[in-house]
Amino acid sequence: MKICVLVKQVPDKNDEINLNEDKLSVNDSNFNLTTNESDNYAVEEALLMKEKFNAEVVICSFGKESSVQVIKDALSKGADRGFLIENDLDKEYDILNISKIIKSCLEEEKFDIILSGLQSDDQGNGQLGVLMAEHLNMSHGSLVMETNLDVDSKSIKVKRELENGWFQWSNLALPASLTIQSGINKPRYASLRGIMMMKKKPIKNIKLSELQSNINDFTEIKELYVPQKTKETKKIEGSDDEIANQLYNVLKNELGLI
Amino acid sequence: MKILVFIQVDDNQINRMSLETLACAQHVSNDVSAVTFNNEAANELVKYQLNEVLLVNHEDLNSYNPLRYAKVLEQMIDNYDNFLFAHTYETRDWVPRLSARLDLPFISDCIGLASDNESILVTRQSYQGKINNDLKINSKSFISIQSGCFKSDSIKPGSSNITNVDVDLSNIPNTITAEEKFKEQKGGVDLAAADLIVSVGRGIAKEENIPMAEELSDLLNAEVGSSRPIVDYGWLSHDRQIGSSGQVVSPKLYFSLGVSGAIQHQVGMKGSDKIIAINKDSNAPIFEIADYAIVGDLLEIVPKLINKLKE
Repeated sequence: MKICVLVKQVPDKNDEINLNEDKLSVNDSNFNLTTNESDNYAVEEALLMKEKFNAEVVICSFGKESSVQVIKDALSKGADRGFLIENDLDKEYDILNISKIIKSCLEEEKFDIILSGLQSDDQGNGQLGVLMAEHLNMSHGSLVMETNLDVDSKSIKVKRELENGWFQWSNLALPASLTIQSGINKPRYASLRGIMMMKKKPIKNIKLSELQSNINDFTEIKELYVPQKTKETKKIEGSDDEIANQLYNVLKNELGLI
Repeated sequence: MKILVFIQVDDNQINRMSLETLACAQHVSNDVSAVTFNNEAANELVKYQLNEVLLVNHEDLNSYNPLRYAKVLEQMIDNYDNFLFAHTYETRDWVPRLSARLDLPFISDCIGLASDNESILVTRQSYQGKINNDLKINSKSFISIQSGCFKSDSIKPGSSNITNVDVDLSNIPNTITAEEKFKEQKGGVDLAAADLIVSVGRGIAKEENIPMAEELSDLLNAEVGSSRPIVDYGWLSHDRQIGSSGQVVSPKLYFSLGVSGAIQHQVGMKGSDKIIAINKDSNAPIFEIADYAIVGDLLEIVPKLINKLKE
């Protein structure tokens, strides 16, 4: 059983996002970079499968050179080897082009299962797992909350989250691509031993500039900007006591709720 | 510009967001058609100003399957310039397949759409709603529209006809089969009916602090809601969750404690009459939509407010 987890390095959710002067890109020089939240759950789900079924877990990331860190973090937790597809060209790509780049690098591995977080915290496309399924002729399940792998019948049963509190079990034939909802498991921390072992694990580096990829400029960024506020916001400031008093007044006098 | 809007039907009812998407399409083009797999939905759609209503009646489409759905739209690809969808979980599950199969972009979760006759311009958010991106699309495309960005009651009325369309659904692999859908919690709290909601986010810091939020909620006669992480941590039950994967609420007051207000959360609560937000991070997106903004430590402020309310 060969499992691939697609992970992405993203800025911390609390990072301030500043634009470059061209208003066509964000200034990423001061980001606190981290593993995309739902990808952590995808890594954990793969490690649970590894423990139960003796699977090989391969971590793949597409991004700048710094993305090697998210691969190392997953290897420290117990994954077997890594793939960094390094974007060494000074250009950003839309999700369809990214999926084609990843496909060209993963195709020959013939994974049984691909796991990814349901969406990235930066671009938020929420498409990669399903795009990979189509590219690699796999079944897929999105927003997966529970998995039940059956190696003998070459299938995996997944509990999917639907809208408005509904759920559904789906049976997927392998190979399958799953997008993992956060909360599916409790991601582990790397042990000291895991970190030591990580240093011996192979990470293959593939440079985008050396790949033959078929890029289409489907979309063109016209402008990035901070959303305009549509609401008048009243700031409540002061010491904690003063704020509590003002809040009380708002609730009582302005909103008439007490 | 010829636009086809996919109408999602849930439990024999047209999805509300699909109607918003129809309104969005009419707003940018005079040549809009709709496609549905449901008879009753088709009969309802003829009362709108549409070029035509395409009805695909096939027993294999009675329940949702991503491979079959993708196969239908694939067969309509030559007839339209752009394809619009509501940004639902279902759309997210099948439309990327079309994108990969046909090598055409899927621009998901858009909040605005405009047209300059030759091409479509869309606005979508990134970095948890902190940045807006205006994009020009240079090809035929699939576009999904975020909930609440267009009003379904602004759909232009008119009259149109139903055209029955035959599709070939043979040779679709049977690799994805779904069981009946179900709900986990019976008799859970109905936040949609609550007048006041005290909502808890990551800023609450520890599970031990949840009772503080519950006490504030009790004093205000409110219900407790939460953002996704709190439910993921198991600090509150799933039925308390507000946002795209939880409930959509519009109370008189939404009092948020340490909620950052990512897009997925805002989708579920931006319709609230008044929003009070306490958060340590002055850049939290929740402040963009708050009526009252408090940049501060909720763990200090809330106990003081509770004491004041008890007096």
